Order: sequence, then C-alpha cells, then structure tokens
Amino acid sequence: MTTSLRFRAAIVSVALFLAFIGIWHLATRGTASVATMSPEYAKLMGATATEGKSAMPGPSEVGAKLWEHLKRPFYDNGPNDKGLGIQLGYSIARVGLGYLLAVMVAIPLGFLIGMSPLISKALDPFIQVLKPISPLAWMPLALYTIKDSGISAIFVIFICSVWPMLLNTAFGVASVRKEWINVARTLEVGTLRRAFTVILPAAAPTILTGMRISIGIAWLVIVAAEMLVGGTGIGYFVWNEWNNLSITNVIIAILLIGIVGMLLDQVLARFTRMVTFPE
Amino acid sequence: MEKGPHPNPLPAIRLRPKAGFGGQKGGARGLTASVEAARMSSEKFISIEGIAKRYPGADGGKIAVFENLWLSMVRGEFVCVIGHSGCGKTTVLNILAGLDEPSDGTVIVDGQAIEGTSLDRAVIFQSHALLPWRTVLGNVAYAVTSKWRNWDRARVKAHAQSFIDLVGLTGAEHKRPSELSGGMKQRVGIARALSITPKIMLMDEPFSALDALTRGTLQDEVRRICLETGQTAFMITHDVDEAIYLADRIFLMTNGPGAVLAEIVENPLPKDRGRFDLHRHPLYYAVRNHVVDFLVSRSKSFAAEVPAHDPRNVPVVRIGRPELVIASVSEAMHEESKQTSWPGQTRPSTSS
Ligand SMILES: Nc1ncnc2c1ncn2[C@@H]1O[C@H](COP(=O)(O)OP(=O)(O)O)[C@@H](O)[C@H]1O
Ligand SMILES: [Mg+2]
Repeated sequence: MTTSLRFRAAIVSVALFLAFIGIWHLATRGTASVATMSPEYAKLMGATATEGKSAMPGPSEVGAKLWEHLKRPFYDNGPNDKGLGIQLGYSIARVGLGYLLAVMVAIPLGFLIGMSPLISKALDPFIQVLKPISPLAWMPLALYTIKDSGISAIFVIFICSVWPMLLNTAFGVASVRKEWINVARTLEVGTLRRAFTVILPAAAPTILTGMRISIGIAWLVIVAAEMLVGGTGIGYFVWNEWNNLSITNVIIAILLIGIVGMLLDQVLARFTRMVTFPE
Repeated sequence: MEKGPHPNPLPAIRLRPKAGFGGQKGGARGLTASVEAARMSSEKFISIEGIAKRYPGADGGKIAVFENLWLSMVRGEFVCVIGHSGCGKTTVLNILAGLDEPSDGTVIVDGQAIEGTSLDRAVIFQSHALLPWRTVLGNVAYAVTSKWRNWDRARVKAHAQSFIDLVGLTGAEHKRPSELSGGMKQRVGIARALSITPKIMLMDEPFSALDALTRGTLQDEVRRICLETGQTAFMITHDVDEAIYLADRIFLMTNGPGAVLAEIVENPLPKDRGRFDLHRHPLYYAVRNHVVDFLVSRSKSFAAEVPAHDPRNVPVVRIGRPELVIASVSEAMHEESKQTSWPGQTRPSTSS
C-alpha cells in the first residue's frame, strides 16, 4: 500500500515536471511574426528581434548549458570565470565555517541558559533585541571592523545561524522531563555527568531541530551575502551572470542553490532521526 | 454484635488465625517479630520530625500543604500511605527522597538528618521514569555505574543483569522502554531501584497505571523482594487492598490543604499472608472498611471532628478480632456463604 502510494506520487511528480518543461518550452519558443527591418539593423538586434525569439532561455538551452557546467565544474579562468563547482565550494565552505562557529557558541550557551534561570532571565533582553536583526544589516559593521569580505560573510552566517540553535538548545534543556532529572538526582549523579547522560540525550532532538532550521537560514543568507561582498561563491556567480545578462546561467545557479539547500537539510534531518528516541 | 471499642484490643491483634493463610513459615514470622520488637523499643530508622510544606498562595500569603507532620518507621517495615489526591503524599515522599525540601522540620534517617538525595534511598516513580534512549540493561546499568563508579563494564553488566533476572525480565534486556508494556516498564523501574541495594525503597503509586493482573503480580514480587532483603519500604497507594496486602502499617492522611496524618492502622493480618486468601481472613473486611470509611467520610471531616489531634502522638488503630465470629472462625473460613457476615461486625479500637 505504501509502495503503491509512493509509486503513484512519483508518477504525478514526473508528470508535473514534464508539464512544467512543456509549458516553459512553449512559452519561450520563437514566434512566427518577425518585424521587417534592414539587414544591418537586424544583425545588431540579434535573434530576439529577428526571429521573434524570447529573451528567456528555453529548457533545451538551459539543459545544454547545465551539461556544459557539469562536464567541467572546477575550471578556473580568473576571477570572473570559475566553474560552478568551485563557486558552490566557496559558498559551502563559508556556510560550514560560520555554522560550526555558531554551533560552538550556541550549544554551550544554550545549555547554560536552559539550566540556569538566572542567566536565562539576564540574557533574555539581549537575545530578544539581537534575534530579529536581519543578518545582512550586520554586513557594513562586519566589513568595517573585520576588513575582510570573506570573513565578514562567515560572520554573517554565524550571526544568522546562532539564534535558532541557541533558543532551541535552551528550550530543549529547560524542558527535559523533571522525572528524568530526578532519576539522576536520586542516583547522586554529578552536574557534569547529568548534563551528558540525561540532559544532552533528552534535549538532542530539540537541539538538532534548531540546527536544521539554522542550516536552512544560513544557506538562504549566504547567497545574499555573497552578492554583497562579491569575489567568489554562488551568490556572486548569480550576480555576475545577471550583469553578463546570461539568464541561462542564473537559472542554472538557482537550480543548484535549491539542490544544495535540500541536501544540507537532508543531512541534518538524518542526524535528527538518529538522536530521536521513541517514548 | 459488639458496638463499643474493643475492651482490650492488644491481645486481640496478637491472635493469629488458626490455619490456612499462605502456609505459615518461620522466616517471615521471625521478621515480623523483629519489626514489632524494634517498634516497641522505639528504635526509629526513619523519623520525620515536624515537617511542613508551604507554597505561595494567590493573595500573597502561604498555603500549607501540611504543617507539623510527624511520622516514624522502623527498619524492615513496610508502610503504605493512603489519602486523597492533593493531600501531599507525593510531597512527603519527595522530601523523604531528598528531591524536595520541607519548609520546616527535618527528616532523620539512620540517625542522621538527610541532606538531598542519597543512593541509600531508592525511588520507584509512578511513571516509571525510564530513560527512553537507553535499553533495559542500559537503564539498570546507569544506576549501577552511578553507585559503583569504578566498576568495569563486565561487572556492571553482570550486576545489572542479575536484577533484571530478579524481576523476571530475562531476555528483554536489549529492548527499549518504548517496546515494553506498562508492567514491564515498572519492573525495570523496580530492578533499577533494587540494583543499587538501597536501605529504603520509596514508591509513589508504583502500580496505579497498571492493569489488575499485572498489578497483582508486581505486588507479589515487591513483597517477596522486600521480605527477602529486609527492605524498609514507604509506599503511596490509592488501592486499599494493595495497602492491606503489602503494609505492616497503613498511614491515613486527611484531605489537603492543611492535611494531617490522622491515624496509623496496624495491619492485623499475618505477615505470611497470601494475595489470594487475603479476603478470607476474618479481620480483612474490618480493616478494609475502616480504611474505606476514613477515605469516604472522615478524611474530609477529621479536622472538625478531632480538633485536639496531636500530630506528635497519632492514634494507632488496632483492629480486634470480631468476638461473634471467633468461635466459629475455623469453620467460617471455609464457608463462602458466611464471608459476608464478617464485615462490619467489629469496630476498630483506637488507642494512642
Ligand atoms: N509547585 C507547587 N506550587 C503550589 N502548590 C503545589 C506545588 N506542588 C504541589 N502543590 C500542591 O501541593 C499539594 C500536594 O501535592 P501532592 O504532594 O502531589 O499530592 P498527592 O501526591 O497527595 O496527590 C497539592 O494540593 C498541590 O496543589
Ligand atoms: Mg501524588
């Protein structure tokens, strides 16, 4: 029954995809009506004007270009012409670094907030004010103080991914079932051992959920951040290709951003499943 | 039918039924004798001395769950506490466990005022409180490593396994709590509590979430283990039959707020009672009725009816043998038809 449902869903997915490609193809193919103009002028205007061709690339063009990119993802012809693999690599590295820093700060701090009502109350106003700030608003300040665009981007990733992890960790730690804590207490388990043997496993699903939200936000933000700081990365690639008026490349980049984002989410989802316990 | 208080209650309770109650064995009897001797000599193993628990009230004042509560237990004794929900039973148990602190008063265990929790006082939680990410063995082993930190893995495993076997869970040690039935989970809770070889077992309605059949089996196990290991046990229950089966003494608490320990009912049934012929004992219904009467009516009106109640000197109720039945007791015990004539034929006598 489940497999049959899956199978039917897959068929519908494929059908939707083909319909989308078909409509896209129809919408962007050349029209018959061609304006009459002098040959010199027509040459100047290009195929868009002379053959009634849409400015929007069709699926076949995007497919061909994508295949080109996939064949050599890591070429490097100078600052403005790098393979998509290299650009994605830069973005993933920045996200990874900023995210790792955020994990190292958010989880211990979240533990502290979750375990100590005093610290929780004391830090609450700061968190409430800092949390809603758009990560990109930090960019000028980061560029000014850090003076390195690459590190500034990492800082922006750090600041945007720290909040969901911090709040989820604090919440997960604070809401560990009282009876589990009491078990540890009646067994005279010390604070540190209790943190690792009871609180961490009990709060792990909540913490991982926060980490999953964070990686999603980090991946959203890196594209925007790289558009601002420039140089390398998939965000810069999108902006650069827009300046080159290569809509084909922009579409390919969008597709790849989506796929990488999905993969990052899947990895965290798998980790979440690993630490989730049935009750 | 005797109406007034029993003229001389003490000899009456010391009477043992003639025969037929779970095959009397010397061992269990010996233990009863030692428990009674210890109680007589007022050698207190646990002594709760004037504890109170207050919470901030709605209008800035304090609401006392209970005030000036005194109770004591001797080594090896099994005590059940009965009272309506919210009267503070769990609070007393948590204070005894060291999980909660009294607003006033002290608790003395084995000659020392308690400070926080202790591995000597094991708790069996109502909701079993197993760690769901650990297996059965993992849960018991966690307790074992907490008590003996320098034991190696093999030793911890062997020790934990022996207690898993004791509660009849052999073969389920690698299951997770979510794969176990309610009764099996509670068995793990019992194994975990016993594995640290505590001096005192504290149980907060341990079987209330279980079906009758499982409850009966676990009552048998707990009773057997407590008798074998000479455990001192403090159990909260809502089940009057459970209290009569398990307890040496039953503590009756009035309704809260401001609950008091109203009476201590000494269980007149022989220590080697069996669960299946319990209700055939001539005193069974007298005890049961007394406790049920208390729960139904007197738990509410106690404070008004007994204004001079002295919390340091709580009346001990010793339920005597009904005089009318006594002549034909051996005969009546085997006649089902006469069972209904036992209840209500006697009234408990009260002495302080
Ligand atoms: N944290 C708390 N704040 C205020 N009142 C409480 C708190 N905890 C327990 N109580 C009150 O204490 C009383 C006794 O609770 P409890 O010991 O759990 O009762 P029992 O176990 O007999 O049902 C209840 O009336 C409850 O409302
Ligand atoms: Mg309770």
